[in-house]
Amino acid sequence: MPPSLKHTALYDLHRELGARMVPFAGYELPVQYRGIREEHLHTRKHASLFDISHMGRFILMGKNAARALERLVPCRLEDLLPGRQRYTTFLNTHGGIIDDLIVTADGEALILVVNAARKDRDREFIEASIGDDIEIRESAEHSLIALQGPDAAAILGRLNNDCTELRFMQAKTVDILGIPCHVSRSGYTGEDGFEIAVPSTHVEFIARRLLDDERTRTAGLGARDTLRLEAGLCLYGHELNEDISPVEAGLKWIISEVRLATDPGFYGSDVIRRQLSEGTHRQRVGLLVEGRAPVRENTILVNMDGETAGRVTSGTYSPTLEKPIAMACIDSEYTQAGTRLHAIIRNRQHPVTVTKLPFVSRRYYHGPADSDHCIN
Amino acid sequence: MNDLPEDLQYSVNHTWIEVQSDGSMRVGITDFAQEQLGDVVFVELPEVGRTYAADEECGLVESVKSASDIYCPVSGEIMAVNEDIEDNPEKINTDPYGDGWLFQIMPKDDSETDALIDVEEYQEHIKEE
Repeated sequence: MPPSLKHTALYDLHRELGARMVPFAGYELPVQYRGIREEHLHTRKHASLFDISHMGRFILMGKNAARALERLVPCRLEDLLPGRQRYTTFLNTHGGIIDDLIVTADGEALILVVNAARKDRDREFIEASIGDDIEIRESAEHSLIALQGPDAAAILGRLNNDCTELRFMQAKTVDILGIPCHVSRSGYTGEDGFEIAVPSTHVEFIARRLLDDERTRTAGLGARDTLRLEAGLCLYGHELNEDISPVEAGLKWIISEVRLATDPGFYGSDVIRRQLSEGTHRQRVGLLVEGRAPVRENTILVNMDGETAGRVTSGTYSPTLEKPIAMACIDSEYTQAGTRLHAIIRNRQHPVTVTKLPFVSRRYYHGPADSDHCIN
Repeated sequence: MNDLPEDLQYSVNHTWIEVQSDGSMRVGITDFAQEQLGDVVFVELPEVGRTYAADEECGLVESVKSASDIYCPVSGEIMAVNEDIEDNPEKINTDPYGDGWLFQIMPKDDSETDALIDVEEYQEHIKEE
């Protein structure tokens, strides 16, 4: 392991629990503890604890922070109520995605959670694009953990029942075992669950208490990837990059019509507007794979005549469906669900079928079952 | 700790080799290798009847996360493959020295075993990895 890799505050706990550590975005992180398949299935059935402290967490302070940040994203932020979160992307002037992130309104501040590998690029972009009256700092004193799965609410609720009242994409500061934590009902697995910012000095204490509940087990980056892929969620550097726009990435829903219609727009808004009216040449889709051979990233896809149709952006074996699945960026003429293509693996053609995403239904918590807000 | 049967021979590419009474060799991947790979979800076996050179890629084992080539431990002709693991690749994880075997090969000549290592040498080898 290169000596320059950073450790998270849970490093010793990971080692103690027998994690296999790998380098990831400058950190030494657990890829698995007991096995990806078991960790994945446990998350879908009960709940798993993930260390996501490598992710960047920026705090923006300033009276007009929301308005200033709107220039960098295609969604509204000024209307974001305290305790609410929104998923969005930083865009360059070509409409390409610099990063995807979650913005949380927290009183006067905005909290931005960004990808580990994009922290520096994001910070440079934000600082170059917003005024001096807005302060940006990295929240280095906090660690981030995620508790994900159908039992997550019951487990966290035992430590503080207020957490269970949060709905998907809501957040608040609560005391957990006397420690002030910022808890949001969000995640990257397609399951109900929470992401919790804990002072790093106490994160091991809280992690151990969560693991004391027999329904909680640890899960690593390997399961995090298979879970998000089944849920049809994008991963930066795979489905998303600076040459792909939100329209091409199947993220039209994050683009605000109000923002498109208002001057000044946002970086890349001209391109986005044109793509929305004229369509794009390529689109993100899901692929169901026949046979057992996993179809990996960068596998070339061809049509029935052998002409190139696109390439795979992420591919894995789905522990839930017990077969290979993939996401791909393909020419728009092939995006119809049911379209048959071939993946070229080791010079052989393997049949694949374009399919709607997600592969496994997302089970977010939108409120009590009798509530009008229930979207499930 | 990894389970290493003492009556087997090994290759530096993490295969085990069991010499059969007819001189052919049964080949699989070691417990160390399957543990490194993680949950095996797909296996591609060599062609029966085809001849492979020593250290030539003759198959593939894929886990959820990654793919690893299988290198033929000796030169020779493939006599049989374990078709059962194509449908049940997890047997490579659960029983690497038994039901998880990969193929049987008839070495070209007796000198083929010279490059193979014994259990102590293999133990040293994985310590270095």
